[in-house]
Amino acid sequence: MNSALLIIALSVIMALALGLAARRGVRMTLEQWTVAGRAFGGPLVFLLSAGEIYTTFTFLGGSGYAYGRGAPAYYILAYGSLAYILSYWLLPPIWRYAKQERLVSQSHFFAKKYDSPGLGVLVAVVGVVALVPYLVLQFKGLGIIVSVASYGSVSSTAAIWIGAATVAVYVMISGMHGVAWNAAVKDILILAVVVFLGAYLPLHYYGGFADMFHAIDAAKPGFLTFKPSGESVLWFQSTVALTALGFFMWPHAFSAVFTARQERTFRRNAMILPLYQLILLFVFFCGFAAILKVPGLTGGEIDLSLFKLSIQTFDPWFVGVIGAAGVLTALVPGSIILVSAATLIANDVLRPLMPAVPEDKVTLTARGLVPVIALVAVYFTLQGGQTIVALLLMGYAFVTQLFPAVVCSLMARNPMTKQGVIAGIVVGVAVVAYVTLTHATFVSLLPFLPAKANEVNIGFAALILNVLAAAAVSLATRPAAVSAPSRPG
Amino acid sequence: MTAARWLAVLPFLGILVGTAFVNQVEPLVFGLPFVLAWIVGWVVGGAVLIAIAYALDPANAETAAGRDGEGR
Repeated sequence: MNSALLIIALSVIMALALGLAARRGVRMTLEQWTVAGRAFGGPLVFLLSAGEIYTTFTFLGGSGYAYGRGAPAYYILAYGSLAYILSYWLLPPIWRYAKQERLVSQSHFFAKKYDSPGLGVLVAVVGVVALVPYLVLQFKGLGIIVSVASYGSVSSTAAIWIGAATVAVYVMISGMHGVAWNAAVKDILILAVVVFLGAYLPLHYYGGFADMFHAIDAAKPGFLTFKPSGESVLWFQSTVALTALGFFMWPHAFSAVFTARQERTFRRNAMILPLYQLILLFVFFCGFAAILKVPGLTGGEIDLSLFKLSIQTFDPWFVGVIGAAGVLTALVPGSIILVSAATLIANDVLRPLMPAVPEDKVTLTARGLVPVIALVAVYFTLQGGQTIVALLLMGYAFVTQLFPAVVCSLMARNPMTKQGVIAGIVVGVAVVAYVTLTHATFVSLLPFLPAKANEVNIGFAALILNVLAAAAVSLATRPAAVSAPSRPG
Repeated sequence: MTAARWLAVLPFLGILVGTAFVNQVEPLVFGLPFVLAWIVGWVVGGAVLIAIAYALDPANAETAAGRDGEGR
């Protein structure tokens, strides 16, 4: 075992120990396991929200996209910022309603707001479907990190299995409590590593940022701006809109909102977290620095660029430190996703079907589902081939379909009916699923549109159809205005 | 409050609309391609605008006085 692998192994063992230690003195009810008793203060909510940003997606996916695609990677910097601005107004009313009704999941929120258990189940299913590619990309990241950092001695397949087993074990034991403390360690480590790499690599190889960008622009004209077609400005606009609106619609992001102790936390985080986004610049710098130094990676391989360049630049022990940071960026969000998916299936899909089952059985089922979901994700990870960014955008295309229903439910008078909302979500998700599975283009679905419409992110296009369907069905099913029940919040 | 909401619209315009007009590499700003620097500018500007909104928002002053604050 080389020193890089040793350091990575130690970091995994430490993550497990922290997860176990965090469990002490807490009786694991469902509310404790999933939202940690709704008792986290500002700093931990901050870290959990930040944990949403700094996943393998940003670390490997962000640098890989900058390396392989250039300018389109900029969208990753833009959407989080807009999502936080939205959060200032969006999250406090969600939190208030969740606290008042003692909700532990996003699905409960929909079921209560629209007085429709069926909608709750639908939302949970959409959530699980969206979470799978998100979990797959974390496992894919783990595989890349461990196999590249072992200089080939551990296969990517073995690394994916080890990583998945680690995440599953510690989530089953400690739930959200373990996640929070590992999030703290992860954030400090990843901040230090990313800022160092992003500053050092351009300086070391090119002499400075401006020199690096001039060199890239000379070697690959047009690479640093949006293309005239394909991943064009229109693609950027629709992708940023899709991902900014979907940011808090992820089941795990939505239930992370419930962990706050008071609503002011969100308003303050909305000021600070956008600045934290700037760390992404350094992630891009890593990818850009790799373009001329480790050329030739294509397709799914672009996600390897940061590590390939690191191995070429540093001693094995330091590659180990980078690897350890990378492993944590996959383990922590991977755990959050697993807790969310398991809770969704046990509590929001199965429980409404068997209402007589006591709560401790539901908690037990949720824990039991963890290895099952991990196995499904490992299966898809090993099928592989897609880039990390493509996987996350697929998840977003699904999960953002929930946004119109949430926003409308927060209005004083909800313009949507439950039938309308269900129709909208079904239409949106069906369009995304059809295009994803058949690789059809959007214009082939609606042939009267100009070819330029294909540059619109498919998730955003589906969102428009979603809103149209929801509005039409709501109009048709709207009860007489006088008898409409008014709900608080 | 309403003024704060209008402030919050600016970053959306800057990023979602403005980017179409600045899709160019030169001139580099702080060593960054111009379009990237434009986006970075709005990320920073967005945080500043939210800070202003936070200061103007009476909801934050009330909770600060009424509660024992946030556990740290």
